[in-house]
Amino acid sequence: MKLPPYADLLGLSVVAEEAGIPLLHMPFAAGVMGRPGFLHGGAIGGLLEMAALAALHAAFEDADRPRIKPVTVTVDYMRGGREAETFAIGTIARLGNRVANLEARAWQEDRTKPIATARMNVLLRRD
Amino acid sequence: MNAGARRLKRDAMPLDTVFDPERFVSTLASRAHGGLIGLRYVDHGADWAELAIDYRAELIGDEAAGVLASGPILALMDMATSIAIWIRQQRFRAQATLDLRIDYLRPATPGRAVIGRGECYRVTRSVAFVRGQAHDGDPDDPIAHVAGTYMFTDLP
Repeated sequence: MKLPPYADLLGLSVVAEEAGIPLLHMPFAAGVMGRPGFLHGGAIGGLLEMAALAALHAAFEDADRPRIKPVTVTVDYMRGGREAETFAIGTIARLGNRVANLEARAWQEDRTKPIATARMNVLLRRD
Repeated sequence: MNAGARRLKRDAMPLDTVFDPERFVSTLASRAHGGLIGLRYVDHGADWAELAIDYRAELIGDEAAGVLASGPILALMDMATSIAIWIRQQRFRAQATLDLRIDYLRPATPGRAVIGRGECYRVTRSVAFVRGQAHDGDPDDPIAHVAGTYMFTDLP
């Protein structure tokens, strides 16, 4: 999938696919840092949103993909993000006709120790 | 020096006097990720702060519609609500976001700056509670609403 300009600004790329779902990578860079030594919560949240949307994007063929409108995003921050590369992957908790409930998690060195997770509810518009 | 003292030293910023939000944004918050999204100071009061980001092609999340991504708005509101806490406490404190929920009420209008107002409405010994709204010109027609909590990390 082609990532939007904001994903390019964060330096995101798809580095693998797991069961058809894109695994996103965010390199460590000054532009994703917040207070000294830690990633910015906004950059982590942006990465999680992109991972959740990428999982949803991958669930459709290009011809029948609906327009997607984010309604709510809730980010839980679990550990401070350090000066290291970060990975994130989304899952679809439920895919309905009008609504999709998405989840995403982000981690650094140890996948079993997420630095943050997000839940995201989006509207699906089939024009 | 024990680990806690080292952490305090590392987290310390040159703002141990009364917190000055305009100076904080111009010297610190407009660098790093704040610099990447173009964060700037707008206004503040006793328990609130207003920051803004200008519309830029690099911040677009939906290319077909030209609408800003939600990530920059999340970062804007994270910073505006964080600063509201420090204003209310009249000092900078090390803190970490515990959770932040954002409701997207409508898409931001392409071409317009987004103004985010964060408010700290309650502080306990270890937690600060915040809320806020973002708009793109008319505060009565907001684009997003946020609610969140922060943990202070400077406690023994």
